[in-house]
Amino acid sequence: MMTYPYYVQKVRQETYDTFTLELKPAKEQEIGPFEAGQFNMLYVFGLGEVPISISGDPDNPERLIHTTRAVGPVTQAMRKLRRGNMLGVRGPFGTNWPVDKAVGKDVMIITGGIGLAPLRPAIYHILNHRDDYGKVSLLYGARTPEDLLYTKELEKWGQRSDLEVHISVDRASGDWKGNVGVVTTLIPKSTTDPKNTLAMICGPEIMMRFTIMDLQKRGLQNQDIFISMERNMKCGLGVCGHCQLGGVFVCKDGPVFRYDNLKDLIAKREI
Amino acid sequence: MQTIEPLLAGHSFFKGLPKEHLKLIVGCSSNAIFNPEQFLFREGEEANTFYVIRSGRVQVETFSPKNGPITIQTAGEGDVLGWSWLVPPYHWRFDAKAAEQVRAIAIDGKCLREKCENDHNLGYELMKRFALIIAERLEATRFQLLDVYGK
Repeated sequence: MMTYPYYVQKVRQETYDTFTLELKPAKEQEIGPFEAGQFNMLYVFGLGEVPISISGDPDNPERLIHTTRAVGPVTQAMRKLRRGNMLGVRGPFGTNWPVDKAVGKDVMIITGGIGLAPLRPAIYHILNHRDDYGKVSLLYGARTPEDLLYTKELEKWGQRSDLEVHISVDRASGDWKGNVGVVTTLIPKSTTDPKNTLAMICGPEIMMRFTIMDLQKRGLQNQDIFISMERNMKCGLGVCGHCQLGGVFVCKDGPVFRYDNLKDLIAKREI
Repeated sequence: MQTIEPLLAGHSFFKGLPKEHLKLIVGCSSNAIFNPEQFLFREGEEANTFYVIRSGRVQVETFSPKNGPITIQTAGEGDVLGWSWLVPPYHWRFDAKAAEQVRAIAIDGKCLREKCENDHNLGYELMKRFALIIAERLEATRFQLLDVYGK
């Protein structure tokens, strides 16, 4: 699959270490449309390529948006890019959030930290086709209030009568008037019906494991729980084996998995 | 205005309690309203009450001279707040402050402790329910300490 040159159109600093890039094709050739949950390989020329989830609106694919955290050499270099700089884009890759399977059901979107970025396209899709779904809850946990992503958008979503937004942080000073506690403490606040709910979860693996246990306690079935996995993805095509997890390749068979298809693998410490 | 009995009977914490036990608890209960910034209880004070939050949000805080008040947990609608009344020396370990107007049912723990001593079936039922809350809280605290969103 080809790498296409893209210009940086906009850069927005989300938190002290997390930023959003909006990209536009440098030439006529560009990557194809994407689905919620997929990722691209972003290439900082001469330095390296990293897999980054697409965090824009799948119904508006010409605005190619990625939010990422500066953690390694490539993403740290990416943070320094400015409008007009160029990088390479290859993709889109991977499986998508089951927004079609969720039609007619209640939806719980549970996310922690930067996990909101890969789930934002699913939220956009659901809000763009709001009548297709029952109750929708967004439960979002972060380390501190300063680590919350997309704060203006969260505020707008919170004002909607057709979307329940519950946010919690793990620690806060006395100025924060919102919830304090881990994201799982928000689960009882959701008014979704466990018998007819599909859950989409994205966050650190420990957070997802705790969340799944609480959803199971609430009565959700494993086949109605979907998670997005993160592994060391390199080729994006299921060839190089870097992201292999047992018999699956996270880049090709994932990153979005139905939990019952992954539960035995996720529990294995050796892989 | 709704009386306390149906409110408690409909709460998941009291679900399944025999009527006579519920009546004993109702006898120890009263309605309470707290204005924003008002404390429900303060660290070090005698703990004689626990609360069933009906509406509003409560911040459970501790104070650090360097950082000021630090919120370690919030409690909201439906939550049961406070178990220091159940454990000697019956002193609050944290502050609890209303972040907004809070409506709650205040249950006199001292009164309830005496009733539990006289009726061990009631005591066992309450202990089972509080053990669940304490276990959930312990699990959440451990999860919180993992700092999973850090690099």
